[in-house]
Amino acid sequence: MPKTLFEKVWNAHIVQAADEESPATLYIDLHLVHEVTSPQAFTTLRERGLQVRRPDRTLATMDHSTPTTPRGADGIIPVTDPIAQKQLTQLVTNCAEFGIPLFQLGTINQGIVHVIGPEQGLTQPGMTVVCGDSHTSTHGAFGALAFGIGTSEVGHVLATQCLLQQKPKTCEIRVEGTLHPGVTAKDIILAIIAKIGVGGGTGYVLEYTGAAIRALSMEERMTVCNMSIEAGARAGMIAPDDTTFEWLKGRPHVPQGAVWDAAVAQWRTLPSDPGATYDLVVELNADDLAPMITYGTNPGMGIPVTGSTPAPADYSDLSQRSALDKALHYMGLEPNQPLLGHPIDVVFLGSCTNSRITDLRAAAQLIAGHKVAASVRMMVVPGSQRVKAQAEAEGLHEIFRAAGAEWREAGCSLCIAMNGDQLAPGQYAVSTSNRNFEGRQGKGGRTFLASPLTAVASAISGQVADVREML
Amino acid sequence: MEPTQTFRARCVALPIENIDTDQIIPARYLKVTDKNGLGEALFTDWRSDPAFVLNRPEAQGAGVLVAGHNFGCGSSREHAPWALQGFGFKAVISTYFADIFKNNALKNGLLPIVVDPETLLQLTSLCEEDPTTTITVDLANQQIVINDSQTVGFPIDAFSKHCLLHGVDQLGYLQDQEAAISAYEGANPQRVNTSSL
Repeated sequence: MPKTLFEKVWNAHIVQAADEESPATLYIDLHLVHEVTSPQAFTTLRERGLQVRRPDRTLATMDHSTPTTPRGADGIIPVTDPIAQKQLTQLVTNCAEFGIPLFQLGTINQGIVHVIGPEQGLTQPGMTVVCGDSHTSTHGAFGALAFGIGTSEVGHVLATQCLLQQKPKTCEIRVEGTLHPGVTAKDIILAIIAKIGVGGGTGYVLEYTGAAIRALSMEERMTVCNMSIEAGARAGMIAPDDTTFEWLKGRPHVPQGAVWDAAVAQWRTLPSDPGATYDLVVELNADDLAPMITYGTNPGMGIPVTGSTPAPADYSDLSQRSALDKALHYMGLEPNQPLLGHPIDVVFLGSCTNSRITDLRAAAQLIAGHKVAASVRMMVVPGSQRVKAQAEAEGLHEIFRAAGAEWREAGCSLCIAMNGDQLAPGQYAVSTSNRNFEGRQGKGGRTFLASPLTAVASAISGQVADVREML
Repeated sequence: MEPTQTFRARCVALPIENIDTDQIIPARYLKVTDKNGLGEALFTDWRSDPAFVLNRPEAQGAGVLVAGHNFGCGSSREHAPWALQGFGFKAVISTYFADIFKNNALKNGLLPIVVDPETLLQLTSLCEEDPTTTITVDLANQQIVINDSQTVGFPIDAFSKHCLLHGVDQLGYLQDQEAAISAYEGANPQRVNTSSL
């Protein structure tokens, strides 16, 4: 019987099959750990006298609560928040005690957990990858089954390398056609979430297929898979192909020589079989897409950048109407209001969605020779120290600085606003991150989610702008 | 985990759909290394409005939150159920729960109770009209009893129900599969080795 990519990866990781009384036990190939969602899990291990079963399948980094302020003269990134420092110190202690490799703040391999896994070649096709972070869906870009878990489950994986899982349903998101200039992977995923809603993917693993997906680079595929959770889906996957293999080849943890050849041969068996069926199919055409922007307080509240906010009065469902009303009120927007030309205060280029080297290159190319508007603060935050080093080797940091943008250290930064980087109440940001929830980027802050290109165009004009007018 | 017993509690309604975990507990409260004190930060930004429902005297001591569709979407933070429990909630009733939130809640003995839209609407109205509205949550029979008169069933997977009713710890359940885990590892070559970094 033909199988989907998801079913192949799922079946290959069953330790104990599900029955009527209990869920399946699934083996985890790679467990990524960070400082925020792990401390209580390590406490559980200590309380029960347990060890980490497979520290050699576990990797920790620091990203969420770390500052991105430039290094001091001593080369050290200063952590001024004592509570954050305590949490970071706790991670150091936990990793040392349990033998887990750790990329410490400021060291060359450190960065956002979903940037460093692929960067190191640790994320590979057909693997299961988990992390106490919902954007673990990012790793599905490689044809891995990757999803976010809570802290209790972090403890389960630390102790047993396994998880109890109910089998999700499958949904194919087929995107045919070709993107127009100025329209990016970020616009594809924002359009998908706008179409199916923030709960539309709950209970499903999404598989992105179609010509427009096949044409994407690995970084762009990561952007798409990253936001699967914003549609409620725990995981998003893309079948591995030559683009995947070429991107992975030569990375530190990828096999070499004959072992590489054997791995690629095995990976080529992973894509969904012809005739494999999904529980749900959603179709989009890339030709129809424009640059997208969100106007509200969840990632499903997205419109083409040339569009206007919807009107609550047009909704018959009371709870939808009140949700929209509440969102517009929080955002300080009116019904039927165009977003183009709306003044902004901050532009954030970064996050696990859009902080990779290709994001920075595209943004630098667009901003070169321009200036960030005087009324705008633009922060450029590379996803990892290696991305930062690569960008600096290419001189991208000088382009950003010359334009008046801040060039910062690697981390989650303004995406999560628990590290010193945050909006002031009432401020508007165009942000390349993944969440526009109330207060997500700082209490009272207002977020317009968009692509790096839309972010740069808006930074230059000081207001929400259509990048296509710059091309 | 303590076994979940049948309990009776007052309800409070928050009829907003897509309540995300950033509202339940904002990220700036996630710098803790334990689970203490999170209840005080529950919905903290919304609670800065004196009129917010959880600030009303009648909300104190409430044990069941009645919330809009797709409750708990967004981040995987288990701090969300910890904060709800810290405030005193033992169950949340909605028409739909986000996946990771539901998993996290079940592992902590916070019951995510799914009801049909009509029941949710009715419950919301009852809570808003009469803050003394109570619900009895009977997990064994998978039902809630509204104001001791109206009974409504709810679904829950058999495994979670068993674990909750008997206080079965899922980590212990996984540990009991040691032989199967070792057999799996023996039969499947290791894909990557993080220790070789």
